[in-house]
Formats: sequence, structure tokens, C-alpha cells
Amino acid sequence: MILAVVLLLLVAGVLAWASERFVGANAPRVVSLLAFAVGLAWTISEWLGGPAATGLYAAQHIEWIPRFGISVALSMDGLSLLMVALTMFLGIIAVVSSWDEIESGHGFFQFNILWVMAGVVGVFTAMDLFLFFFFWEVMLIPMYFLIAIWGHENKGYASMKFFLFTQISGLLMLLAILALVFVHFRAGGEITFSYKDLLAADIDPGIAMWLMLGFFAAFATKLPSVPVHTWLPDAHTQAPTAGSVILAGILLKTGAYGLIRIAVPLFPEASLDFSFWAMLLGVVSILYGGFMAFSQSDFKRLVAYSSIAHMGFILIGVYAFNEVGLQGAVVTMVAHGFSTAALFMMAGALQHRLHTREMSRMGGLWVHAPRMGVMTLFFVVASVGMPGLGNFVGEFLALLGAFGKNVPLAVAATVGIVVAAVYGLYLMQRSFQGTPNPDVAAMPDFGARDMSVMILMAGALVWVGVYPQPVLDLAGATIATLMP
Amino acid sequence: MTAAQISALLPLLVLSGGIVVLLIVVAWLRSGAVAFLGALVVLAATIAVTPLALGAGTQDIDGLLEIDGYALFFHGLVAFAAVATAVLSYRYLKPRAAHAQEFYILLLVATLGAVVTAATDHFAGFLLGIEVLSISLYAMIAYPQEGRGPLEAAAKYLVLSGAGTSTMLFGMALIYVVTGTLEFVPAGEVGRNEQLLLAVGQAMLLIGVFFKLSLVPFHMWTPDVYQGAPAPVTGFVATVSKAAVFAVLMRYALAVGVVDAEVLRNVIVVVAVLSMIAGNFLALLQINIKRLLAYSSIAHMGYLLIAVVVAATPEVRSFGVETALVYLAGYVLMTLAAFGVVTVLSNADEDAEELTAYDGLFWRRPVLAAVLAAAALSLAGIPLTVGFIAKFYLVAAGVDGAAWILVWALIVGSAIGIYYYLRIVFAMTKRPEAETQAPPVAWEGVVSVVVLGASIIVLGVFPSPVVDFVRALGGP
Repeated sequence: MILAVVLLLLVAGVLAWASERFVGANAPRVVSLLAFAVGLAWTISEWLGGPAATGLYAAQHIEWIPRFGISVALSMDGLSLLMVALTMFLGIIAVVSSWDEIESGHGFFQFNILWVMAGVVGVFTAMDLFLFFFFWEVMLIPMYFLIAIWGHENKGYASMKFFLFTQISGLLMLLAILALVFVHFRAGGEITFSYKDLLAADIDPGIAMWLMLGFFAAFATKLPSVPVHTWLPDAHTQAPTAGSVILAGILLKTGAYGLIRIAVPLFPEASLDFSFWAMLLGVVSILYGGFMAFSQSDFKRLVAYSSIAHMGFILIGVYAFNEVGLQGAVVTMVAHGFSTAALFMMAGALQHRLHTREMSRMGGLWVHAPRMGVMTLFFVVASVGMPGLGNFVGEFLALLGAFGKNVPLAVAATVGIVVAAVYGLYLMQRSFQGTPNPDVAAMPDFGARDMSVMILMAGALVWVGVYPQPVLDLAGATIATLMP
Repeated sequence: MTAAQISALLPLLVLSGGIVVLLIVVAWLRSGAVAFLGALVVLAATIAVTPLALGAGTQDIDGLLEIDGYALFFHGLVAFAAVATAVLSYRYLKPRAAHAQEFYILLLVATLGAVVTAATDHFAGFLLGIEVLSISLYAMIAYPQEGRGPLEAAAKYLVLSGAGTSTMLFGMALIYVVTGTLEFVPAGEVGRNEQLLLAVGQAMLLIGVFFKLSLVPFHMWTPDVYQGAPAPVTGFVATVSKAAVFAVLMRYALAVGVVDAEVLRNVIVVVAVLSMIAGNFLALLQINIKRLLAYSSIAHMGYLLIAVVVAATPEVRSFGVETALVYLAGYVLMTLAAFGVVTVLSNADEDAEELTAYDGLFWRRPVLAAVLAAAALSLAGIPLTVGFIAKFYLVAAGVDGAAWILVWALIVGSAIGIYYYLRIVFAMTKRPEAETQAPPVAWEGVVSVVVLGASIIVLGVFPSPVVDFVRALGGP
């Protein structure tokens, strides 16, 4: 069934593209929305159906390239299910958020959105390293097109930078995958890319460290972590709203997912040896991202830098090497998906209305658009980490995990929460509060469509914040099997 | 000559017989269409009898030719490329040459030369094949009547390729002095002086081959020739002549153990690394798509040398050969597709070679743009394309053969390469400022590039048939 869902998204992409010509400019959006709705309904029904005795909600295995022991092996456990559900949900959000934004090429636009998401679903469910890499790269091209075609003023530079960073780090991962496969092969095993078989591979510690670094390079770039984060502010700022929502909400999570699913379990000892440096990178990301966010004058760029800071919490959570830290990382992945996607939607809505992202040309917007103001305030507060909302739970658990591992680093990371409050409130202050900017004559407030999406996401954040147990249970079952 | 030998020779016989028949027919019927259709029939026939030859097993023909699965693979590949070139040339040549009949005969002769080159394990066959191929290419490059470009390119190719051949010939002579035979055999036990002579001879032979494969530092002719030659011929030069010369290089290197000699191995490694890095770097600066693809082909030939180096290790030998064949099959498809789009978009006056000619192609000609995008992404090695499978093979072979320097150079080279391949794609996505009516293009050209583009994608997703086929062929 998983393959069918991936194919559903791929086929829907082609249909959406074709429907523009044969049905009308509105059709692609509808096709896309329907595909994501079906995908979400399927994921929820698998969840409600409960896992099989193996702990998997769905699994599939088809031979693909027997020459290299490559197969289309897909399976969905708790963690995968959580991420697939998030993907489908944010797919709907992305389509709705760009309902009016795109002026031409509707068909190709929806095609790209659907294909990115198909790649993402594949990454979250692949149980074969070749297949994983395959989907990892499938996400790339459509995302490139989304930025390169529908992006803002500096789209050529931003899309190229995004592509180069991801592709080069991806090549390192490919090298690491192949080296792992051949080390396993030379040690008497057969040639296979199967995740389960390679999990059992016995690798020389010296080589394991290098291979782990290959994977880490790819995942840290996608996450992103300092010092390979520089593509993110450009890509996020220049992308159209739907592109930013997908990038921040989902694509960054594939990096985190890769660390949790692949880098750490495949190389537990090497990861443990490396954990101090990884946590240090996390702390640096938190602080540096926070300070950079504070010094931005561009609404969208500020949110982009704040993402880097949030991803730092995931890094310290994963490399804390305890269950609490990992749980924190997973909850942060989900919560950040909602809060940042909403903030990017807000940035897109403001740009649509004011034709600028500069906060110096905003100010006092609450007067014109109180509903937008309320929603911005809600998501800023969520992103800052107010108790009762999802981000707090995630960051709290990640810090708790980190505290058990390395106290000085955990303390330094906690400072990041203060920084977050500063830049979050600063964002709110400059855009919606303060003296109304006389240049802004009037602007339409959110309508029913936008508000319903916003309230959905706000509801999700409250749910994760007040009653995170379902998320913890889903992720917990997987984490228990992955804990080294 | 036994029946098995005759059936092994059948593809070659059909091809050469077809050339003779077509020569006679064209002498009576001076019609481009007849020559074109005749060439297609001959090529189709020679491809059709290849399975018969495959069934005959490996056959040695008088020591001059070695018809094995490896040779027949190249036969099929080269004939396929010739079909694509013929189809693309038909409408392209109409405004450029009043009499196009001889072009198709030259195309067949060049194909014959390439096939012989790939099938020989003897210096005489080597020289014969490569000269038949090159001399036909000079004429094909200079075929258009108007414009300085083709003539200039042909003259340049003539001089430099001639220099390459003479170096090679000198090398062969030196090798012959030591071994006393023109066959591809190891020298055995020889004295110190002979050893030196042999090394010099083999080095000169390699230099000649590097010239033909346009590897750095013997690549200087490539961009000019690629730019000046008519677009479909450029595609032919970039695929067929490269594949044939590579085939004989691999055969010679494996038979004689060139790579086993420390010095020569180092020479090959250095040339490979230089080609990958310099080819990709120089491609960055190009604003002409033909020159860009020329530099990119330099880099791709550098990548391919990994297979030669790796195959020298006995345990990895068959994997190295398999890698080379898969890579070349992919390379031929994507290069033909790229030059095919250039050809189809060229108008009667000039080739569509400036990168700016591709601005906004996605909105004007979505199908052609999609094919060119597939070809560019495939050349860059992005998944879903055959170029990814090819690159995957190379990295796997490099890792398996522990050729780390080459693998790192491949990674660095590909990283640089992404930039200029994406530039082509990005240019095509630009929004046109004004709606322009796109001029009509040749339908048969569009069909052929669509077939090429579709096979890039299909083989990228389902590579197993090609992989299994190549594995069943065995090495040289």
C-alpha cells in the first residue's frame, strides 16, 4: 500500500499538470488537494487500525535491481507514520496557502509540490539505502523548480545554492552508502542495500567513523546545522509560500529523520564518539541562529534563521543518546512543522498584500488586520516555546535529555530559549504592533479559508502541547527499537 | 571459414554490403530521401542480425577481429546512434546541402569504422577502423556548404586527429619492435632496454588514444570542433567515435595489462583526474551549449577511465567492464538527446547554440525542454535518469576497486558539473517577456529526441534489463 500512496502522489502530479490544459486553471489545485486528503485519510486509517505484530503499520517488499540486492522495501512504523501524516497534512496546507499566490503555470506548480511530497513519503518509509537515496534526490529537482520558477527577486541564486548544497552533501552520502555496502560485501556478506541487513553489518570502528560522517554531512546539511546552513536563509526567503511551507515544515525534517533512522542506528559507536561534537554544533546552531534572526530586517528571513535555531534542539536531542532526548527531537520536528509553516504562510500573506517583506515598511498592522495579528502572535509565542504549546514540549524534552548527557552544553542551549523570546517578540513588535505605518493605507484581513487553515494548525499545536502522549507513543515504539 | 564465423561476421557483412549497394543506388537515383531511407534500412538490418551473431559465441576472425559479446554490444550501440543521427540530420541538412546523398553513405562508413575499431584485437584492425571512422568524420563535419564554421572545424579535426593517429602509429611500431607481433598480447619476459622501449611505445599509443577521447591535456581541439561541426554530427562525434575508441582502449588495456605497469597506471590516473576537474571547470565558463557539452564530454571520458583502472584488478575485472558498458550506454543516450534537441531547434541559418536561445524554452516548447532537462539532469547524474545509474556504477566500481583518488575526483567533478547543467535547466524555466510564436520544427526530429528522452527516464527507473543484458555479454 505504501508504494501505492507514493504512486498516487506521482500520478496526481501528472494529472494536475495535464488538467490545467484540459480542464482549467483551477483543476490542478483541486487534484492536488484531493491527493493529499486521500493520503492523509489513508495514514489516519492505518494509525487507527493499529500496528501488526511486527510493530509496523504497513510494509512492502518488491525486487528492483537484483544485481545489487536492491529492492523497493517500504515500511511504516510509528515514527514513519507520524512523519507521513505530517507530510500529508502540510501538503494540504501548502496547496491552500498558495491558492491565490501563483499567477501562471498552475499545473506545473502542483506537479512539483506533489512530486516533492512523493519523494518525502518515500524517504520516510524506505527500508533500502539505495531507495532512500533515490527518494532523497527525487525531492530535490521539483523543489529546485518551485524556487527557480515561482520564487522572488533573487530566485536564481537561491535555487542554485539550495541545489548545490543538497546535491554535494548527497554525493557524500552516496559514497558512504556504497562504501558501507562493499565493506559488508567484502566481509563475507552478500551485496545488499537492505537497511535491516546492513544494520547487522560488523564494521571496523575506524571505517565506521568515516562512513558515519558521510551520512552526517548529508543530514546536517538538510537539517541544517551550522556551518552548512547558509543555503537555508536564501532558499526559504526566495521560495514561494508553498515552497517555504514545504521546505521548513517537511524537507528539514528529512534530515532529522535520517539522523534518527540511519546515521545513529547504523553506526552507534561512532555516533557516540561523535556525540559531543554533534551536540556542540546543535548548541552553536541554536545560539547563532537566534542571534542572526534577531538582526534581520526581512520578516521571512527572520523566520528562516529561527528555523536553524529550532533544528539545533533536534541535534542535541538526538545526540543526547537517551530516550527523553530523542522524544524531544521528534516532538520538535512535529511542532516546528506547524509553527514555522504558519509563520511562513503569514510572511507570504503579508508579501501578497504589501509587496514587501521588510519589517521597516510594516508596523501597526494589527489595526488593519486583527485576525492576522492574533494568529501571528499565537504562532510567534508557540515558536518561542510557551508552555502549553507543542514546541515547548519538544524543546523541554530535548534539553532534559541533553542535561543528562552534558550539563554545560545543555545550559548553553537553554540560553537559546531566551534569545528566541527576544527575536520572537521583536518580530511581533515591528510588524503588527507599534505605531501604524502611514505608508500602509489598508489591507484585507484573513478570509475564512486562511483562517480555517490557521486554526487547524493552532489546534494541532495545542494538542501536541497539552496532550503529547499519542505522539510520544507513536514515536516511542520506534525509538525503543532504535536506541543503541 | 566456418558457419559460426560467418554468422558472427553477419552484422559487419550486412553493413559493408549495404554500403556498396547504397553507393550503386545513389549513383542512379540522386535523391537525398532515397539515400536516407536506404541508410536506415541498412542500419536496421545490421541491428536485426546482431542476435544471430550473439548466438554464434566468441569468434576469432583471422586474428584481425574478435567478434564477442563485447564487440557486438558496441555494434548495436553505434548503429543505434547512427540511426538517431540519420533521422536528426535529414531535415537539418536540407537547407545546408543541395546534395545530401553522400552524407548518409559517409555515416554508414563511419559506423563501419567504429564497429571494426570496437571488434579488433590487432593493431592493423585498430588502425584501419580508426582511420575509416576519422576520415568519414572529416567529410561529415565539413558537409554543409555555407559558413566557415564547419570547414574550420573539419580542418582542425583533420590536423589534430591526424597528429593523434601518427603518435599512435609510432607507438604501435615501437611495441612491435619489442613483441614482434601486432596482436594485443603481453610482451612476456623482455630485457631492460626492451622494457623501456615498450613503455615508450605504450605511452605513445595511450597519448594517441587520449587525443581521440579528448582527455586533458590533449583536449584542446574538442570545443572548437564541437562548436563548428553541424549539430547532429557533433552528437555523432561525441558518442560514436568516443565509444569506439574507448572500446579498443579497454580491450587493449585488459589484454596487455597496461594498467599493471605502475608508471602507466599513474599516467592514466593523472589524466583521468585532470579531465574530470579541468573539463568541469572549463564548462562552467561557457555560454555556448555546444562548447559546454564539449567540455562536459571531456569530463565524462575522465569518469569513464575509472572503469579502465578498476578493471585491471582481477577480482573487479568483470565489474569494471560491466560498469564501462552501462556507463557508455547511458552516455550515448543522454548525449544524443542533448545534441538532438540542439539540432531540432536549429533553424536554416544557424545552430541553436547560444545558451540564451534556450531562455524560456519550457513555456515555448515544453516537450523539447523536458527532453533537454532530462538529458542535462542525466549528465549531472540525478536519480530517475540513466545518468544516475551510470554514475552509481562508477562510484561502486571505484569503491570496490579501492580507487579512492579517482572516486574523490569524480565527486568533486560532479559537484562542479551540477552548476552548469542546472544553468541550462534554469535558462529554460525563465519566463518569456513577450509571447512569441515558436517556428515549426521537424516532427521526426521531435519523435527521435522524445524516444531518447523517454529511454533516459525508463532506464533510470528500471535499469535491470540493461544490467542483466550487459552482464550476460561477458568482457573482452
